[in-house]
Amino acid sequence: MMKRFATLLDNLLLTPSRNGKLELISTYLRETADPDRGWTLAALTSAVDFPAVKAGTVRGLMADRIDPVLWTLSRDFVGDTAETASLLWPEPEHGGQEPQPTLGEVVTALSRATRASAPMVLAGMLDRLDTPGRYALIKFATGALRIGISARLAKVAFAQAFGVPVDEVEEYWHGQQPPYADLFAWATGTAPPPRTDLLPLFRPFMLAHPLETEAIDLADYVAEWKWDGIRVQIVNVGGETRVYSRGGDEISTSFPEIADALDVAAVLDGELLVRGTAQGGEAGGAASFNALQQRLGRKSVSKTMLADVPAFVRLYDLLILEGEDLRDRPWSERRGRLEALMPCLNPERFDLSQTIAAKDMAELAEIRASARDAAIEGIMLKHRQSPYVAGRRAGLWYKWKREPLLIDCVLMYAQRGSGKRSSFYSDFTFGCWNGDPDAGAELLPVGKAYFGFTDEELRFLDRHVRQHTVAKYGPVRETDRSLVFEVAFDSVHLSKRHKSGVAMRFPRINRIRQDKPAHEADRLETLRALVT
Amino acid sequence: MAGCFTWIKADPMGIRIVPADAWVDPSRPVERALVTHGHADHARGGHGRTVATSQTLAIMSVRYGVTEGAQIAEYHEPVAIGGGVTATFLPAGHVLGSAQILLQHAGERVIITGDYKRSPDPTCAPFTVTPCDLFITEATFGLPVFRHPSIRDEIAKLLAAREAHPARCVLVGAYALGKAQRVIAELRAAGWDQPVYLHGAMETMCHLYQDLGVELGDLRPVAGVPKASLAGAIVMCPPSALNDRWSRRLPDPLTAMASGWMRVRQRVRQRGVELPLVISDHADWDELTTTITDVNPAETWITHGREEALLRWCELHQRKARALALTGYEDEDD
Ligand SMILES: [Zn+2]
Ligand SMILES: [Zn+2]
Repeated sequence: MMKRFATLLDNLLLTPSRNGKLELISTYLRETADPDRGWTLAALTSAVDFPAVKAGTVRGLMADRIDPVLWTLSRDFVGDTAETASLLWPEPEHGGQEPQPTLGEVVTALSRATRASAPMVLAGMLDRLDTPGRYALIKFATGALRIGISARLAKVAFAQAFGVPVDEVEEYWHGQQPPYADLFAWATGTAPPPRTDLLPLFRPFMLAHPLETEAIDLADYVAEWKWDGIRVQIVNVGGETRVYSRGGDEISTSFPEIADALDVAAVLDGELLVRGTAQGGEAGGAASFNALQQRLGRKSVSKTMLADVPAFVRLYDLLILEGEDLRDRPWSERRGRLEALMPCLNPERFDLSQTIAAKDMAELAEIRASARDAAIEGIMLKHRQSPYVAGRRAGLWYKWKREPLLIDCVLMYAQRGSGKRSSFYSDFTFGCWNGDPDAGAELLPVGKAYFGFTDEELRFLDRHVRQHTVAKYGPVRETDRSLVFEVAFDSVHLSKRHKSGVAMRFPRINRIRQDKPAHEADRLETLRALVT
Repeated sequence: MAGCFTWIKADPMGIRIVPADAWVDPSRPVERALVTHGHADHARGGHGRTVATSQTLAIMSVRYGVTEGAQIAEYHEPVAIGGGVTATFLPAGHVLGSAQILLQHAGERVIITGDYKRSPDPTCAPFTVTPCDLFITEATFGLPVFRHPSIRDEIAKLLAAREAHPARCVLVGAYALGKAQRVIAELRAAGWDQPVYLHGAMETMCHLYQDLGVELGDLRPVAGVPKASLAGAIVMCPPSALNDRWSRRLPDPLTAMASGWMRVRQRVRQRGVELPLVISDHADWDELTTTITDVNPAETWITHGREEALLRWCELHQRKARALALTGYEDEDD
């Protein structure tokens, strides 16, 4: 029923805590029938799209129903088109006679609609709803929920609802289409898991903890360079190859030369880099991240771009080979298989991330300090016996960054700047997690930055803020907390004035991490460990 | 003669009745003031003479210590205020003692509504529709998005939330004058017969209402009540106390806010409340436009709120109207 969905939306909007949100979503998923709960999940993860319905469709409907001046005054006050329309929609004369539509019905009707028929179809359903129902329907139909729920949060709630591991949810999710009937059947124990081995699907990445102790025995751990590109997964299954970014987004069209180059049935984990001496790299080696940035976020790539800034992948790991899942084997075995595979891969597009020989951590620290390659971000330490598991697991992989005073934060609030930047959102407040975001941790603001970006980045950020606003407080906008910043700073101190308990000195936005999902941003403990 | 209204002046500090040298709801102390009701944006201390209903004067005496120069105007009884002007106070249905003021002079009838509403309220006399030539109306909720739902439904929501969270207490933010007593009276009408607990700032006004004959049932101060015994209780507090340190003495309070602004999600989020209750003591859009149609004046002046939209409505309905820019009116009493 639309009513349940509408109630969920409103409750989510009024519940600030992540734990509260998780509880609301998981209860809803447990208590709601198929296919409505699947469509809700799709709406929460922005997987709903009705090409026939645009924001203009709603404005057009309202233009036939209310004076334009009254519409504009109302819209300006309310601040949201869907909500304004829901409030202004004329109550039907013989209200409440027709039952409220279900989400399933809405989907059927809207996916059949054309640009021409969509307004009538939508109006017919709006007539059958009350105010919260109309709001929910418009939000659902236009695919713009903007209630600050990340796809990750929805997946964690799904896992919590049915008592299944979130890593498995991540794994099976990919390749499923709304309303996710197979996923619900698996989670409720009525069917085996959806098969993932027949399609070129994304597999969740294994992640590393920041290194906190130098008491590491290199007999147990192997050291390997950590490269400063973007982490990717290349999947070749059933003759099709796809490239996925860290968040599981497909980026094959941005890097066609990589997708075209893998002709072995394998799933590979590596760092995407671009080649070039022009950008400060070694001959034939990797260029700096700045060079790679020219290739990011593009839907299509020109021939010139392909020639001037060619991409390649420095491989870290081998997950699946010829249908054989290697993820539960120890790292050393996977590494051996990967090394054996290298001669079969196109050397122009793939090379191997070298391990570093060092007898102990002191020697490793020296090597780390003397590394001059601009594309080196630090060192990885991987337990030689570690299986490849989704997410971060204690004791298995560590990252030891070369520049320690860098931290990944999530954008929380934005405010317009002053002077020549006054028309742009250019003052940003960002936060870190006060614990495990999947276990209900919250973001706490840790700092504010005003500078450190180019004009192009500024325009991007301005657009991002406008499109991801969930609330306005005077000149300040609260965003949906989806964008990660790598923040550089000079030092960090304990501070009683800040709720987070720490304050950074001279924080600046070093890099916009569009490739990184918000729940993978750093935690406060990481920042606290750097306190001087 | 009708249609001149030269004897009524809209001044930034209030409405001036020129021949009587008197003001309606002036924002600064004046020699002669007519006061529509006790809210702070209408009633102020320091006037030489204050004409108001007996209940409004009682409220002003408690709130602002106004005792000197008070002159009672009973509902429906014309009072000569000098300069050939008579003033008749008529019920406005806003809060206890609230009045519209009908001014008559030189054959012209002018009504100043003060704040008003048309929906029923057990704590005050209902608005009376009275014909006039010039209607000076409030417009706090003068946007078509404002349609207040029935208060019964909102009270039912409050009681349902209480029932769903037996270990918590429901903390209702409501303005101390009018809204709080109306919510309590409606809770009683809905069958809630247990004590209602009050924040210290609510006590005086609630007791004044009871003294003036409004039934509110068993009211108790929340101060000193052990935390554990407040589980499942309903506590009233001023909006400013909702997210204040003060509320830590309560068992995991579920915060509710009773206000017409709760119709809009952005406002709900700014308040940070869990349970928005759309309860207003002002006319909503439909009441504002219906009232103009019912009263059917030759001319309408609009003040106190969102004037533009109501002005536009008058224009669309071929009604002569203008917006006044008065200062000092705030959202204190929504
Ligand atoms: Zn007022
Ligand atoms: Zn008032």
